[in-house]
Amino acid sequence: MAHSARRDSPELPDFSLLKRLARDQLVYLLEQLPGKKDLFIEADLMSPLDRIANVSTLKEHEVDKLYKVEYKPITSTSDQLCFLIRPRIKTVKWICDVANADKATGKFRRYKIIFTPQKFYACEAVLEEQGIFGDVTTDEWAFYLLPLDDDIISLELPEFFRDNFLAGDQRWVRTAGSALHLLHSLYGPFSKVYGIGRCSKMAYESWREQVAEGEQRTRQAEIGRVFLIDRDVDFVTPLCSQVVYEGLVDDIFRIKCGCVEFGPDVTSDKSVKVMLNSQDKVFNEIRNEHFSNVFGFLSQKARNLQTAYDKRRGMDIKQMKTFVSEELKGLKQEHRLLSLHIGASESIMKKKTKQDFQELLKTEHSLLEGFEIRECISFIEEHINRQVSMIQSLRLLCLLSITENGLMPKDYRSLKAQYLQSYGVDHLLTFANLRHLGLLVEQQPGETLTVMESKVGKLVNDKTAGKLTDAFSSLARKSNFRALSRRLNLVPKSGEEYDLRVPRDMAYIFSGAYVPLSCKLIEQVLERDGWTGLEEVTKLLNGNEFAVTGSNGADSKAKNDAQRIILVMFLGGCTFSEISALRFLGREKGYKFIVVATAITNSSRLLESLLDNHV
Amino acid sequence: MHCAKLAVVSNSDWLCVQMMKSKADEEDYWNSSKFKAFTFDDEDDEFSRLKESKQAVNSIRRLVEEDDDEDDVEKVSWSGEPVGSISWSVRETAASNQRTDREPTFPKINTDTPTLSKSNSGYSLSSLFKGKTKGGNFQSFNDSLSDLSVRLYAPELRKPKSEYKDYVSDWSPEETIQRMQQGKAFSLEKFRSLQDKLLLLDFAVSAHDGNVITAVLIYLKRTLGKEVLFRELESRQTALRHLIQYLTETRDQRLLLELLRSLCRTGPCTTGREHLSITDENKRRDFLKSCLSLPFSPEDSAHVQDHFTLLERQIIIEATDRQAERGGKVEIFQKFPRRASILNMPLVTTLYYCCFYHYTEPEGTYSSSLNIRQTFKISEKQYFVTALAARAKLKAWSDVDALFTSRNWLGFTRKKSPLSFQRVVDILQKNSAPTQVLQDYVALVDDAELRISLAQKHKCHDIVINTYRDLKDRQLLLGYRGKVERGSAEERKIDELLNNPRRRWK
Repeated sequence: MAHSARRDSPELPDFSLLKRLARDQLVYLLEQLPGKKDLFIEADLMSPLDRIANVSTLKEHEVDKLYKVEYKPITSTSDQLCFLIRPRIKTVKWICDVANADKATGKFRRYKIIFTPQKFYACEAVLEEQGIFGDVTTDEWAFYLLPLDDDIISLELPEFFRDNFLAGDQRWVRTAGSALHLLHSLYGPFSKVYGIGRCSKMAYESWREQVAEGEQRTRQAEIGRVFLIDRDVDFVTPLCSQVVYEGLVDDIFRIKCGCVEFGPDVTSDKSVKVMLNSQDKVFNEIRNEHFSNVFGFLSQKARNLQTAYDKRRGMDIKQMKTFVSEELKGLKQEHRLLSLHIGASESIMKKKTKQDFQELLKTEHSLLEGFEIRECISFIEEHINRQVSMIQSLRLLCLLSITENGLMPKDYRSLKAQYLQSYGVDHLLTFANLRHLGLLVEQQPGETLTVMESKVGKLVNDKTAGKLTDAFSSLARKSNFRALSRRLNLVPKSGEEYDLRVPRDMAYIFSGAYVPLSCKLIEQVLERDGWTGLEEVTKLLNGNEFAVTGSNGADSKAKNDAQRIILVMFLGGCTFSEISALRFLGREKGYKFIVVATAITNSSRLLESLLDNHV
Repeated sequence: MHCAKLAVVSNSDWLCVQMMKSKADEEDYWNSSKFKAFTFDDEDDEFSRLKESKQAVNSIRRLVEEDDDEDDVEKVSWSGEPVGSISWSVRETAASNQRTDREPTFPKINTDTPTLSKSNSGYSLSSLFKGKTKGGNFQSFNDSLSDLSVRLYAPELRKPKSEYKDYVSDWSPEETIQRMQQGKAFSLEKFRSLQDKLLLLDFAVSAHDGNVITAVLIYLKRTLGKEVLFRELESRQTALRHLIQYLTETRDQRLLLELLRSLCRTGPCTTGREHLSITDENKRRDFLKSCLSLPFSPEDSAHVQDHFTLLERQIIIEATDRQAERGGKVEIFQKFPRRASILNMPLVTTLYYCCFYHYTEPEGTYSSSLNIRQTFKISEKQYFVTALAARAKLKAWSDVDALFTSRNWLGFTRKKSPLSFQRVVDILQKNSAPTQVLQDYVALVDDAELRISLAQKHKCHDIVINTYRDLKDRQLLLGYRGKVERGSAEERKIDELLNNPRRRWK
């Protein structure tokens, strides 16, 4: 980024240690089943596994064949089977089926299940129920954290969001605590922990207990401060269209575990898989840029490259030799990357112009500003009527609901009915889920309730109706977005020019239209070293904020660099746009942020996890 | 009692959904194996295999554990990893057994959030807890319950130690939960009284470890009658949701449905959704019919009713059309073979289908698009958009034209649209309408600027030229001359305008 960084930014800790530890532990576990064995890997563990080990590592430890878990009868002939899985009942049941099928045919094999990152009692209960307990050995592979980049670490647990926030299942709370504990023992001790959200609180407690259970080592801290935040504190940010390059690439091509697959529309050849991280020099310079700057940057870069190539002309043999041996390889590499990202940008442009991206963004910005809501509603309505992307329509509906603190009953009913007509009645379940999470709700009757409606309500729900509504309204999360936006100044006044090339605040990640709430909270709390002065804000966010100082933190404060290295943990997922915003904030204030997320998310992933029509 | 139940019932929508999900596999339950007992002896496999009687194992375990406590070192962790292994070293501190009373480096924060569900059963953690203060490990949970219940239940908390002689150990519920969290050996078998079981559950909930909460619930499910279990869960939201999630995951549909029914017995909420897994459309229809009688919320029940009517309709249309297609006599099916069956498609897709294949049918037939529109009260806009797209796809431009034409009482016709003409142009263009068709509609866009940009985009030169002429803008017109083809009619028209001395320009 063209922006000049503060020089004194501290260095980031080296997270490759996490990979090494995970790999060593896996090797150790594989050795627990000596001899040749076939390894079955759960589909969503393949990519994370790829990041820390390769096939030859596995082969070295006598893994013969590799299979993906597909919930079908197996074809393996090996007499030792090893299963590397997430602790899911469905998968364990399948393994039981495999083992029971072997039993039925009199086949003897040894089985080992490696759960990662931990096992659950419920899984063992299945083993016992199916009569397999004792026939299989089980282990845990404490692979909690996968570094995706220098400053991004993922737990690769997309189900965290649904389990925790929708189902109210706290199975992953301890996992989050353990992940934090691992970071604390390797890069801590932390001196200060801030947080907001119910799950954050619980994760903090779980971590604290685990620290208390173990012994303390004194070492020089590399990470000083920690911020924990629940995804449901800020739903607006992940629901907005991403316009920063990395986020846009994720929205369109879906980055999976730090890797993206560019199809023929990008490469004009066959598909390629590309790792997207700071190692990619071209990508590293454009990832945080607003998309409108990317083309200019890439063409400048292309011109420079041309000049570098042109140097060859007029070289003598010796010079040519040095050129080939020293520069050419680098140039070729750069050339390849450049053409990839140019191809990707073109493809993005094509896709976006096709679907009237400009109009879509205009609607989003109006919603954020609370401006021309009627027009927004009819835009969404037309979207639905024309059966444009089911997820896109849902996203706009949710954005409308959160920013407006719920839809007026008349609008809610009409939009819901039209949605069901366009995309299928099965989505009744989706609507129930969204309502449960407070993502898409009807405004509570209260004053707006007409006499007629309250009469109908009485007829339908009898006496309990009143109490029911009371109970519901106190349970339901109010988004209070408007009030929050005003208090934290999230939406800059419209009409002001915003130079996206020289961003002045984090709003640049949304074209200057909106400062992400999550990142604004982080900025404010760090600035104030706590929540003092933010009482009104936390009240609007349903409370659950905390800021605690460790006993070892008070004295060493502010002296060393570690205090400016801040670990931000997003429970329920984090978007690339938020990461870009935090990078910007870090450059402005001389911090370095490390983002730990239960998974990288975006609007589509978030909403898809709440669909219920295809289960 | 009311207050607690409300917390549950207030989520009736959600419960409704859970119930819909669960009913689906109810049948499956009967075919599946019966629920088997489950215990939490998580000893090494060697141990479990040797296990002849509980007593035997238990006595061994006690020895192991006692050893443990003395050495203050974990010899074998839950996963059976020996001390000093790689994994052990990674988990470093996770599983040591010490019960330190040293000051924790970070303070405890209150993770209890006020909920609506205060226990009324009397067996709540808070009420039980008051009787016992143990080293200040736990601070206040909920001081909200009256001392009365304390007096009632507190004496039950601990039996004299001698009574436990034959048991594994006398770990309290609290200690047991802690051990479970740390992955150490434990046994739940000794928690036999309802108080103990609930105490266990409440401690698990207050530890915020879903894994342990579910483990305790599995034990309670096995050892408590479901009426009792359900009753107690009504006032324990967190535990309740864990059980629902567990039953959903294990596909224990029968129990799940029973649970949800018992929660909903006071409110309007029951339904089914097994139709999603029913592939045969006739069965699906019958199922939906059975759902109609269920007390949905009025709004949703209308949706389900519509769904049923639609499926009924689709079955009829599908049968007729399949036959017509096979017969090979109906032209449209020959020209545009159907790509998929219409069964189970959304309403709008069905409407599109009917606008495509059955547009001219009289309103009386089931497959007539007008009939669909009437039956399902489709909004004018929705109908318009769909019919427009379908007829444009067929390039039936006269039908498209007719959609817009309205006659006033004097018999004049004018073009009207519930949709902005900009959107109309967009839809037509996406269905590859020719320029001649497009320009009729571009011309109807009110806003001059928008009209020009659309006209330029779709190469409707006449409109651009006329608009510039009306704007009296000679410069723009001159500029546009460069954009049209040399020697074309458009160029001539521009020249004519430019050379006309009687024209006045800005």
